[in-house]
Amino acid sequence: MQLEQSPPVSADTPIGITLTINGQRRELQVTPWTTLLDLLRERLDLTGTKKGCDHGQCGACTVLVNGTRVNSCLTLAVMKDGAEITTVEGLASLGERKGSNALHPIQEAFIEHDAFQCGYCTPGQLCSAVGMMEEGHAHSREEIREAMSGNICRCGAYTNIVDAIEDVMHQGGAR
Amino acid sequence: MNRFEYVRAGTVAEAVGAFGAGSRFIAGGTNLLDLMKYEVEKPGRLIDITHLPLKGIEEKDGGLRLGALATNANVAYDSRVAERYPLLRNAILAGASAQLRNAATTGGNLLQRTRCYYFYDAGTPCNKREPGSGCPAIGGVNRIHAIFGTSDQCIATHPSDMCIALAALEATVQVSGPEGERTIPFAEFHRLPGNEPQKDTNLKPGEIVVAVDLPEQGFAQNYTYLKLRDRLSYAFALVSVAAALDLDGDTIKTARLALGGVAHKPWRNRQAEAELAGKPATRETFTRVAEMIVAEAKPQSENGFKIELARRAIVRGLEQAAAGTPQSLSDKRIQ
Repeated sequence: MQLEQSPPVSADTPIGITLTINGQRRELQVTPWTTLLDLLRERLDLTGTKKGCDHGQCGACTVLVNGTRVNSCLTLAVMKDGAEITTVEGLASLGERKGSNALHPIQEAFIEHDAFQCGYCTPGQLCSAVGMMEEGHAHSREEIREAMSGNICRCGAYTNIVDAIEDVMHQGGAR
Repeated sequence: MNRFEYVRAGTVAEAVGAFGAGSRFIAGGTNLLDLMKYEVEKPGRLIDITHLPLKGIEEKDGGLRLGALATNANVAYDSRVAERYPLLRNAILAGASAQLRNAATTGGNLLQRTRCYYFYDAGTPCNKREPGSGCPAIGGVNRIHAIFGTSDQCIATHPSDMCIALAALEATVQVSGPEGERTIPFAEFHRLPGNEPQKDTNLKPGEIVVAVDLPEQGFAQNYTYLKLRDRLSYAFALVSVAAALDLDGDTIKTARLALGGVAHKPWRNRQAEAELAGKPATRETFTRVAEMIVAEAKPQSENGFKIELARRAIVRGLEQAAAGTPQSLSDKRIQ
């Protein structure tokens, strides 16, 4: 990754960046005001990641950047040059690489526990749950609820979401 | 979001050198990008400082130096912070969401802007956003606004939880700018609105926060961060209390008390803290001091409830600190 100071880029000049998205390396030209969320959805057709509030308040846009969960709506793509991005479309292969089945265990658990109704918040909930398990700070049910509070579910599926996460954690972590 | 030039800086000197009128430094971006989407901030140039070597957390003069780019999560989960500065840890973890804490930085947390509805709404006047245009919050919708240190220009609050703990711990802020480096005591970093509500801090143009230093005394035995808000997680404080005590048996040797959600900066009352010194750590003492603090409060049309809320929160916070039973982060019941 280039760390030297770049010359100022005029507002109309796209900037070349490299991202590894769901294991696939991509060379991209982006304008500096393009958010990671808009890049994923509008340019790369990775529409699994959802735009809810677009202000970091709902968590629907949660993705993993270098394994860490963040709000992609409040992230400029140009600032993540060189990063590894995992979206909901990549969770299954994340599980696969680690020797699991077609779906990531958290996806299977969401189905098993009926952890959604309309489904709009679900991609963000799934990525957030994987990030949370990797962080490893939440253990009890109360701690899971607190650690997942950045993901709003307007259908109110919280009880089942926590059930699903607890289930996977008791199986032995994010896997 | 407006169009802007993008500059990636590799050193502090490069970042400072790239700064000009209309420039903004960007790190986590969690507040700045939000404000840009509302067109409250319209920078002509964004200077990306995320590649500066300021991510570390290091031992410094018996205390800790938090690099300006250390994320809120990295600070909160640092084992030295957890052990020696649990008040700071708890305050950080009481704020925002896990996703935001993973992105937001130490320096950026200090530079958060107010969450006043009118400041955020570019369609209304706001003395902070457009000096001289007026303050619709005064006499308007002001349930979340300040009760201490307001002016007839602005009644906004500072939204940070982390800063309330840093104020109580008497951290210092290391900055670097066009005129060199300097150290700003935490109490002098943020300012009251007065006649210049557009100025949140005493940073000069082009100055950049490079580190926050924690002094040796961390009050790790007797502390609490008690945050009261409209929902149990992921909401800004209506009133919060950072309380830290150094006790000799049941007698208070030193007390620190900072309030959040009630002023344009972390609110401290040195007279009240001095009043606690040498006194028994009892409810009577705490009640007297709480009353002394809220005697200076001035309600707006919708936020008078904050005065009684603050009074009770101060007493409860000091009781939690004295008992060595800090407010739990996940069990929301207040003991």
